[in-house]
Amino acid sequence: MLYDVLIIGGGIVGGAIARELSRYELRIALCEKEVEVGFGATKANSGIIHGGHHAAPDTLKGRLEWAGNQLWDELAAELGFGFERIGELTVALYDEQTPVLDRLLHHAAVKGIPGVELWTPERIQQEEPALSHDIIAAVYAPTTGVVNPYEACYALAENAAQNGVDILTGFPVLRLHWNGELWEVMTPGARLASRFVINAAGLYADQVAAMAGVGNFAIHPRKGQEYLLDKRLRGLVKRVIFPCPSPVSKGILIIPTYDGTLMVGPTAEDTTDREDRSTSAEGARTVFDAVRRLAPGINEKDIIAQFAGLRASADGEDFIIGPTARRGFINAAGIQSPGLTAAPAIARMIVEILQAENLPMTLRNDFVGRAPHPVHFAALSTQEQIALTLRHPRYRRIVCRCETVTEGEVIDAIERGASTLDGIKFRTRAGMGRCQGGFCTIRCMELLSRLRRLPMTALTKRGADSWLVCERQEAVNGDERAPGIEVGDA
Amino acid sequence: MITSNPRHLRGSYDVVVVGAGPAGLEAAVAAQDAGADHILVVDRETEAGGILVQCIHSGFGLHRFGQELTGPEYAQRVLTQVVKRNIDVVTDAFVLDVDRERRVKLMTQEEGVSLIDAQAIVLAMGARERTRAAIHIPGTRPAGIFTAGMAQRLVNLYGLLPGRRAVLLGSGDIGLIMARRLTLEGVEVVGVFELMPYANGLNRNIVQCLHDFDIPLHLSTTVVEIHGRDRVEKVTVAPVDANLRPQMERAWDVPCDTLLISIGLIPENELSEQLRLRIDPMTNGPVVTSTMECSRNGVFACGNVVHIHDLVDFVSAEAMLAGRSAGRYVAGAAPPADNVRLLPGENVAYCVPHTISTEREHTIYMRTRRPLEACSLRLTDLGGKVIYEKKLRYVFPAEMVNLKLRPAVLHHFHNGALRVDVAPRADG
Ligand SMILES: Cc1cc2nc3c(=O)[nH]c(=O)nc-3n(C[C@H](O)[C@H](O)[C@H](O)COP(=O)(O)OP(=O)(O)OC[C@H]3O[C@@H](n4cnc5c(N)ncnc54)[C@H](O)[C@@H]3O)c2cc1C
Repeated sequence: MLYDVLIIGGGIVGGAIARELSRYELRIALCEKEVEVGFGATKANSGIIHGGHHAAPDTLKGRLEWAGNQLWDELAAELGFGFERIGELTVALYDEQTPVLDRLLHHAAVKGIPGVELWTPERIQQEEPALSHDIIAAVYAPTTGVVNPYEACYALAENAAQNGVDILTGFPVLRLHWNGELWEVMTPGARLASRFVINAAGLYADQVAAMAGVGNFAIHPRKGQEYLLDKRLRGLVKRVIFPCPSPVSKGILIIPTYDGTLMVGPTAEDTTDREDRSTSAEGARTVFDAVRRLAPGINEKDIIAQFAGLRASADGEDFIIGPTARRGFINAAGIQSPGLTAAPAIARMIVEILQAENLPMTLRNDFVGRAPHPVHFAALSTQEQIALTLRHPRYRRIVCRCETVTEGEVIDAIERGASTLDGIKFRTRAGMGRCQGGFCTIRCMELLSRLRRLPMTALTKRGADSWLVCERQEAVNGDERAPGIEVGDA
Repeated sequence: MITSNPRHLRGSYDVVVVGAGPAGLEAAVAAQDAGADHILVVDRETEAGGILVQCIHSGFGLHRFGQELTGPEYAQRVLTQVVKRNIDVVTDAFVLDVDRERRVKLMTQEEGVSLIDAQAIVLAMGARERTRAAIHIPGTRPAGIFTAGMAQRLVNLYGLLPGRRAVLLGSGDIGLIMARRLTLEGVEVVGVFELMPYANGLNRNIVQCLHDFDIPLHLSTTVVEIHGRDRVEKVTVAPVDANLRPQMERAWDVPCDTLLISIGLIPENELSEQLRLRIDPMTNGPVVTSTMECSRNGVFACGNVVHIHDLVDFVSAEAMLAGRSAGRYVAGAAPPADNVRLLPGENVAYCVPHTISTEREHTIYMRTRRPLEACSLRLTDLGGKVIYEKKLRYVFPAEMVNLKLRPAVLHHFHNGALRVDVAPRADG
């Protein structure tokens, strides 16, 4: 298969690039090594669209943070994923921290970010009464938003596919070879060829660059543990709360997620293992000790889930975006925080780079930017729910009772590409609530089994060796096949 | 087993029962006996019967039916009574919300979302299992972590196994039953790890499910970390000290592909919270009067949604009371309000009901906080005078204590509150 542009990596960055490029008359492929897109840093982060004033204006991160921030309203409106500008406070607990606040105000002034202002302790208490009385000042930014990052990634990839991009999941890129005219891209199942290759491989971007012969940087994984809290605490804090940042991290935050539940984290721990997404008791302690200083009412008892993500930080701590010494090989690497925020701006930057590299770019006239918005039953009013279920019987069964997800939504997710339990969970929220899948797991498995025509024993949590169930001994021995293995297929 | 029976749902019912487990079904029957005409029972599963449907082992019904039955048999007996009557049952349906005017927002296969008015509501949604998050086990998030109940469902209803080599965390009854069930299925059950110095399940289950199968039970030991990127590869376990803190220097690894979690049940309190009922922080269920009425008039509750029972027989008894009360409430024949509050005292975690009346006979259910031998259960008034005392040979947190209290006992008592203690006997 011959492409004009081949993107390596199906995270939010690769997804945004694919969708942006799909506006043009180009043959495009996106190769993702996992069975679904979005399973890297994109599914395990804080979900914050940063206000624009955190990173310094003279860094690439700083420019793209604010540029990206401004693109999210339109994207969310077109693609129908959850995004809301809920605002943020960066709070100072000691006098020594006030210079940090001054610096944020200065960044905002230089970048021209509207509405960023200093709040007094009285104002803070009035707006966020759950916050500690020890807070002496805060910088408020109305521009900060929260998003469901995986939803955004799925929406981008699906819309790209709708506009002709080949989304190739389960396609790890193993080798790259420039044959004088084209990049040959080797994956286990296929050899692909493309004029341009874009490296959006997240944690593995240094290895992919090395495959192209330009491995002149290293990616240092930095782990972030996050703790999701029971919905009992909904509304306790209304805005994203940042402490004053340190040089390596923005610190431990309180995040009212798009769905309303509170999340606290992340830690910032340098590690060498690119696959180590484990949480630890020390991590929990670090997070809750820090959070208690900001909001004394939050504690470990309310944890309903915990996870860790890995930031892909490059030497120098800035993004590495641009052409390389190898013709046609372009990096979008070192995309650590705020990479989610910046992703739509990174995509536009890639368009400019490709134009500068003389790739002819003609806008297509049949580009469809608006995607049908997925049904989200729980978010509908009672009247809307009545109307929906009257018309469509597929939404008449509740599959996930904690998040009230209907069978129809799970079927939609599978039809849109979910092939694993995590794929369903991140598209629909089924399994994310209090009971953590106790009720819905088997139901989701039955639906996957039926629609994908796979036995239950072939299903996985997230691909590879993450099998879920196995056959009974008797069934293995062949003398009695257990009933109900292909549930629903009968 | 039955699924939905009504061809048409009415726009209003005398009593809507949420949940068609033993609690809901018994309550429906009792409500009708007490005078309610139109009764609807709703369940989110495709079959009525609740958790009993997947409990194919025996040990149910000795009190209620004087006979040892399996879970499905017990459920069937209760169901038969419902089927004989004119009670609407709708399965594969879901109560999305109940508002303060007792308007029920219902989702059914037949009609989608609809609104139904109820004069009385009986909450009988049962319980859910505590998950790994409830005790924050650090580590990775691989496939192969199941609650014991989920594993039970997989094995008994789907004929599938959760894995090949399992570690069990917690010694709750479902976990113990599953240790045996999985062993019989050829799964290697490596061991059961219990945080507390005593087992959490009934003694008969420890003997019949672990000892009889040589499955080791490690008391005062817990799982401190889960390993494995895709599927569970091993867990780290560690003994705990007297303050339940893991002693990491004595930790060891146990290779396995499956971790079953059986660390207890918690009342399914979503609707109770939506209704803003008063919740007892000890039970996590609604506070109830001696007629099983919650803090909102016309809303009753019974079974595991109120507190976790270890025997279904007691669920039935509690449900009959709740159903009868709902029926009487609808008929305008509710008894006078309670006049005594029960205060859990020494070694008593909670009492249900939370209030009683000096005019009627009551069964009081309670759980103790720690095991104790040769003790006594005392009711004391606020002045310190012992009103009632009963000797107990032993108590165990895993076994509910119940006390039948006749009005005669409280005849001269008008004080408003009674403290309930389970303490060493005064005579030693
Ligand atoms: C804990 C945490 C919190 C964060 N919070 C925020 C926040 O609040 N706001 C914000 O803006 N940013 C945040 N970030 C940063 C943000 O998550 C990342 O910058 C962003 O997700 C990066 O997207 P990506 O597409 O570059 O990487 P990824 O999502 O990791 O995608 C890279 C993809 O490349 C694939 N891949 C790798 N190698 C190959 C190969 N050889 N062949 C094929 N495919 C390959 C991977 O499987 C992966 O899917 C946070 C990060 C972490 C870890």
